[in-house]
Amino acid sequence: MSSDNDLFRVLIYDLERQRGDLVLIPGRRRFIGGSGLAALLYEKYGLPGAAPFDPGQPLIFAIGPATGYFPLMSKTVCGFKSPYNSNYAESHAGGRSALALRFAGYDALVVTGKAAQLSTLVVGSRRIELINVHYLAGADVFTTGKLLRKIASGASGHRSILRIGPAGENGSSYACINVDTYRHFGRLGAGAVMGAKNLKGIVLMGDSDLPLPDDKGYAKLFKDIHEKVTSSGMMEKYHNLGTPANVLPLNELKSLPWRNLAATSDPDADKISGEAFAEKLLMHNAACSGCPVGCIHVGMVREMFSTSHRFAIHQVAYDHEPNFAAGPMLGVVDPVEVLAINDMCDRQGLDIISAGVALAWAVEATEKGLISEKETEVKLTFGDAAAFKRAMWLIGHKANEFYALLGQGTMAAAAHYGGGDYACVLGQEMAGYATGETYFASQTVAFRHSHLDTGAYSYDQKHKEQDVDAVVKFLVDDERERVLLTCLVACLFAREVYKPQTMVDIMACLGHTELAANLDTAAENARRARWRLKIATGFDPMATHIPKRFSEVTTWKGPVDAVYMEALRQGYARAVAELGAPVAAHEA
Amino acid sequence: MKIHRALRMERCIGCHSCSLACARLVYKSVSWDRAGIRIRSTGGVSSGFQAILCLACDPAPCAAACPTGAMVQRKSGGGVLLKKSLCIQCGKCAAACPVDAIALDVAGNPSVCVHCGQCVAYCPHDCLELVEADQTTAAPCLESCHVER
Ligand code: SF4
Ligand code: SF4
Ligand code: SF4
Repeated sequence: MSSDNDLFRVLIYDLERQRGDLVLIPGRRRFIGGSGLAALLYEKYGLPGAAPFDPGQPLIFAIGPATGYFPLMSKTVCGFKSPYNSNYAESHAGGRSALALRFAGYDALVVTGKAAQLSTLVVGSRRIELINVHYLAGADVFTTGKLLRKIASGASGHRSILRIGPAGENGSSYACINVDTYRHFGRLGAGAVMGAKNLKGIVLMGDSDLPLPDDKGYAKLFKDIHEKVTSSGMMEKYHNLGTPANVLPLNELKSLPWRNLAATSDPDADKISGEAFAEKLLMHNAACSGCPVGCIHVGMVREMFSTSHRFAIHQVAYDHEPNFAAGPMLGVVDPVEVLAINDMCDRQGLDIISAGVALAWAVEATEKGLISEKETEVKLTFGDAAAFKRAMWLIGHKANEFYALLGQGTMAAAAHYGGGDYACVLGQEMAGYATGETYFASQTVAFRHSHLDTGAYSYDQKHKEQDVDAVVKFLVDDERERVLLTCLVACLFAREVYKPQTMVDIMACLGHTELAANLDTAAENARRARWRLKIATGFDPMATHIPKRFSEVTTWKGPVDAVYMEALRQGYARAVAELGAPVAAHEA
Repeated sequence: MKIHRALRMERCIGCHSCSLACARLVYKSVSWDRAGIRIRSTGGVSSGFQAILCLACDPAPCAAACPTGAMVQRKSGGGVLLKKSLCIQCGKCAAACPVDAIALDVAGNPSVCVHCGQCVAYCPHDCLELVEADQTTAAPCLESCHVER
């Protein structure tokens, strides 16, 4: 493990043949791990021209070289061809998945083929098994988790349970994979790819142990980083109020999307602030394995289900983005209701950001008369949490033609019913930051269409001046550093701790000396490989589009300047097209 | 003599920093299992966490069960010690421990808490503590009835 080793240890499991192949794949020095490794594996095993649900498409889970060895190296990268946009995509999740994969002895797991019956794959260091779980068909995410703990027993406390709900089985384009109850491979439909493979669950058992790195400085380097993480105050905002601490500042800066982005601030923000959640609902914190920060905030929803004071209790993890999507975006300002909507969405196995934003569009489309209860079954109005809860169930269960379309994304529904101008879609349904031109343009083009692809959201909050070249340079440079983190795979919340030099020290300590000396080059290689794959699977950065609604927005900088925003989009798109240009034969 | 107690597990966030520290520092391994303390959810992460940890029994059933004298009671209290060179990997100690505190690796080597306290510093929520073995406050029930002293 700690040798200067170029090989990745990868389990390729074919659901059709019900067997695995353990392969050693060279490329560590060029691809690092995580994002880079997933791209390498998609290059090798993916079918860029085939449909996302083609049984031959791989579903890839990759970790990084430092996973298990250093704190906050706690994420897994899932690589797949997205049913949402047909592009090569990545989604990231934590929980115990990363360490479980490490301690099961693999750098990556690749699942291919389609199982004959609904199945669960169990992978440990001395166990690989496919279990027929046809009886779990249609089960919600939490029931599935509870039953899988029994069905695939062993390694208690040291395993990770990945599973899908009805939405994944029904092929919703934004079905997610739930990881250990509170984390998700959320966006772009990894859950539907899993469903298309007839795979209800994956249980990773972290039941082996690895030797310590040979480097004498390992314990000290670990201690230094751990101290930085726990006592420097750098991570304070993540474990105190958590990301919902953003709500009031964003609202103040006219950057919080309200009611399908009809407004960017509202006097009711204090009702759903991070402070309000913490005071009223926060029950406890949880952590991804190997992370002492514990940013996972779990709130309690207490629902009286009978007038004689009978209560059901739900524990629901919250964060800024789920809160935004089930809260302000839908005009819901009671934290309990926000969590209750989230909970229902979670049970279906839907990505809450996509589902919430899609429903916000549906409310406006209802208001404008494009759709009615004939389509929506419940009357959708801003603020009506009960209706949204029901609608989440209806999307997850693909209840009728309308919900089937809405489950393919807001734009799919708008293509049929109209209302594309006010679809809040930037590559995918927008995240909870309406900070301005830089952010809107960047999210439209960027790799995962995620607010974390670049620092655009914070750039907007600091810069008023308009300078296309400066912004594009910022986006391109910022992405490179983030890709290095997602190759390792560090939690992006740790980016203040894992500065480039620290990452070099880590690689050297782990014995990857050659990689340590060329870390930037490798990260750049991984970044370009990702872009090439996205483009090879049909992405045209120049053809991306920012819906009209985003130019009707007012932020702290004033009304959005649509001309400037379009210039940013084109500038960044050109840069991305260049990054993803095919490798010339002599360079390959 | 001090012993290791998981005094405030109601604060635990399940980060495994303690067990990973023990694995690293005491067992020279990178692992969840080769460690003296192991964190389990009590049935899914939403139900809270439990530390699986040696209670420092006196007399210790694990030591009594060991057929070679590899697992021995520490004379001064404070749990047991494993003399690695004498261990034949029979697993009797682990089977005898009433609280599953001894983990066996693939080869059958036992890992058990030696009450050294190195993990304590890595817990971000101060769940763990080394306490005087002969004090009444050392009772394992403190996991749920701890009061600030
Ligand atoms: S290992 Fe188990 S039996 Fe032995 S002293 Fe500790 S708690 Fe008691
Ligand atoms: S006290 Fe020492 S031996 Fe016991 S769990 Fe902590 S680090 Fe391991
Ligand atoms: S270090 Fe503390 S909070 Fe983390 S798992 Fe161990 S006891 Fe729980």
